Amino acid sequence: MSTPFFECHELTKDFGGLRAVNELSFHVNEGEIFGLIGPNGSGKTTVFNLINGYYPITSGHIRFQGQTLNGLPTWKICKLGVGRTFQVVKPLRRMTVLENVMTAAFNHTESLARSREKAMEVLDFCGLTDRKDESARGLPLGHRKRLEIARALATEPKLLLLDETMAGLTPQEQADGVALIRRIRDSGITVIIVEHIMRVIMSLCDRLLCINYGQRIAEGSPEEVANHPAVIEAYLGKD
Amino acid sequence: MKALRWQVAVIVAASIIFPLVIRSDYYQHVLILALMWVVIGSSWNLLAGYTGQVSFGHAIFFGIGAYTAGICATKVGMSAWWGMILGGPMAALIGFVIGWVCFRLRGPYFALATIAVGEIFRLVAVVWRSFTGGMQGILLIQSFRSKLPYYYLALFLALACIYAIHAVMRSKWGYYFIAIREDQDAAESMGVNAFRYKSLSLIVSAFFTGMAGAFYMNYMAFIDPEVVFSLHHISIMAILVGIIGGVGTLWGPPLGAFIMVLLQETFRSAFFGLAPRWVSELHVLVFGLLVIFVILYMANGIVGDWTKIQRLWSSKAGGGASAAGKGS
Amino acid sequence: MAVFIQTVVAGILMGGIYALIGIGMTLIMGVMKIINLAHGQLMMVAMYITYVLYEYVHLDPYAALLITMPCLFVLGAVLQRYLLNPLIKVDSILPENQVLMTVGIGMVLTELARMIFHSDYKSVRPPYTSMSLYAGSIAFNLPMVIAFGIAVLLTIGLFLFLLKTDVGKSVRATAQNKEAALLLGVNAERITIFTYGLGAALVAAAGTLLLPIYYLFPDLGGAFTLKAFVITILGGLGSTVGAIVGGVVLGVSESLGATYISMALKDAVGMVIFLLVLIFLPGGLKRLTKI
Repeated sequence: MSTPFFECHELTKDFGGLRAVNELSFHVNEGEIFGLIGPNGSGKTTVFNLINGYYPITSGHIRFQGQTLNGLPTWKICKLGVGRTFQVVKPLRRMTVLENVMTAAFNHTESLARSREKAMEVLDFCGLTDRKDESARGLPLGHRKRLEIARALATEPKLLLLDETMAGLTPQEQADGVALIRRIRDSGITVIIVEHIMRVIMSLCDRLLCINYGQRIAEGSPEEVANHPAVIEAYLGKD
Repeated sequence: MKALRWQVAVIVAASIIFPLVIRSDYYQHVLILALMWVVIGSSWNLLAGYTGQVSFGHAIFFGIGAYTAGICATKVGMSAWWGMILGGPMAALIGFVIGWVCFRLRGPYFALATIAVGEIFRLVAVVWRSFTGGMQGILLIQSFRSKLPYYYLALFLALACIYAIHAVMRSKWGYYFIAIREDQDAAESMGVNAFRYKSLSLIVSAFFTGMAGAFYMNYMAFIDPEVVFSLHHISIMAILVGIIGGVGTLWGPPLGAFIMVLLQETFRSAFFGLAPRWVSELHVLVFGLLVIFVILYMANGIVGDWTKIQRLWSSKAGGGASAAGKGS
Repeated sequence: MAVFIQTVVAGILMGGIYALIGIGMTLIMGVMKIINLAHGQLMMVAMYITYVLYEYVHLDPYAALLITMPCLFVLGAVLQRYLLNPLIKVDSILPENQVLMTVGIGMVLTELARMIFHSDYKSVRPPYTSMSLYAGSIAFNLPMVIAFGIAVLLTIGLFLFLLKTDVGKSVRATAQNKEAALLLGVNAERITIFTYGLGAALVAAAGTLLLPIYYLFPDLGGAFTLKAFVITILGGLGSTVGAIVGGVVLGVSESLGATYISMALKDAVGMVIFLLVLIFLPGGLKRLTKI
């Protein structure tokens, strides 16, 4: 059996007495768009925070291309090729859009010129070129979310974690977002996406994992998971 | 504030000929102090304004530089001028250690840790009499009678410091420093090793401040713990220089340095002898009031809030015309 | 052995006063999330008021509590209302604006005191200050015992206030979770004003109680602000019980340090403790690392 591209094995996180993630195991194949869904408070963002090194894990393993990630600092995980966006976007407010992306582009270079070049490429890819000299502080929400993605892309990730990038966007912005994510996957980046908006999840994802209370309740193709009784119960409650 | 090339050139040229034109010892002294504060303030700004780590303990590095130079003379039998070479690295080294311990603390807690460490250094300098001379301090003989060599040395230090910061901020380091300031967590997620870059910022900052301290030892020929490790007269003064001029800008601290030193001297000399003597005791009070005023109304300093100041000025002078919406 | 017990007792008694200082600061830290670097200076103001009342009106320091506490409450509330609250809205590069503001306030208070009273040491020594109570061979310095007793009473009073009254509960709620408190209808702005006043009143009490056994000079404020911080760190930030523990620990440590090491280094003890806590108890200071 070959090493999975990315896997979590019996991942557990306790916050004091509260178990937020409970022996969660799943794997992601290279090149797929993998969705992570679940009702509010089910632990989705916590899982991202564990993968990305933002929180230390309580027990279990996280492996990416055979390399163990848990225990590594966040910046190291990024250098290894895992990029991430935050649910509540974190623009570098007093920098311009271009400078934001350049900061990320310095991940694999020391050169100012190379970083600018890379940043311009990414801005073009994400459709932000005409806003490049605007201060990040003044951007409307849709653009801020796209900037968040652009920054993660500029770090040259092989695996990209997208945390609710569609929340609060207009239907047109969502459609543009979906197209962008497809382009990202087509460029060779594997994506794990946390999302609430079903339409987005169903149209984008190759496989889905639904969790509740930090535990797996269903995994499989979007259709399988969407129709799974346990999933319906988790979202709608028992009759 | 983009390329003010020719304005900078004029200022530099003026500073070079200044002591040849103004021969007064006193005014040369004031300017030397101002140049020294350009270095300290700019260094503080690198760590606090650009990297977001607000240090209340820059006196540590100043004092280490000063004592390195002094101890070279009193204990090692070398000239205190060796302090100009050793003072910077010594301060940078201590800076690194302090960062190693204190950078795990964020925001105001880091600031507090720097105060505490500063106080510890001051107390150690007082108590370790055999090494530092204790409260008696270190008294040397000045190498030069004229102030000119000191002036040009200070000018060189100031220009070197400003240039170094300018170069650093335009490089990868600069982007990373600001990223850490704006959002450390986001920065880490972009591959920025926050600890490493905070340390680098601190090392450069401490280095130049240490140089300033070594310079001070050589210039004033007398130091003691209360002077060089002083919380109010060095650490907080550095902060004032930074915030009045404008944190996070290149020319803010230099401007702040000149304003603060001028203000300090104006009060210390009781408005150059024109005011009653008790006025000379007022300068710390004025500084405190200045801190309150600046933070309340001009938090980004003169340079940082320049556009705001301009607008206020033109709306007062232009009266109705501006109000009618000329645009900004 | 008797010396040891005596030292520890003196330390505990002092700890009562330190606890008052620490509780005030920790409340302010908990509610406003700022470090009040003017804390010691507020105490100094209270001490000068006590001194003036004693010198000119011959008012006993313990009676002066009834004046200094309300005075400092008002001063604290005014400072918060006009100088600190406005900063919450200001978007400046340096997030430490509120802390810097308290530095400025501290400087102004210190210099005003220096202008009015000059730098010489002042003291207040009512006749009973040299009296001691005895338990066996252990002497309890009377003013310290009284101070400790009043400190305990004030602390109990404070706890009752925080636990039983509506305002007290609002203070605790705001300290625990500002957003939630706002949603529940707590007027956060008024609570911050009140809390700063309360913190100032507590540290005023500490100062008034301290004056008969200490000496007064303008720069006292800075030294005690540092002590206040050490106390709060030792006990865990935002924890009123912790501040009590921290106060006693600092009191005892300083006392031991003074007796067994050197009188001159007493103040250094606090600094060293602080650094040791920083280095060796990072777990306990976890809250500091992610604001």
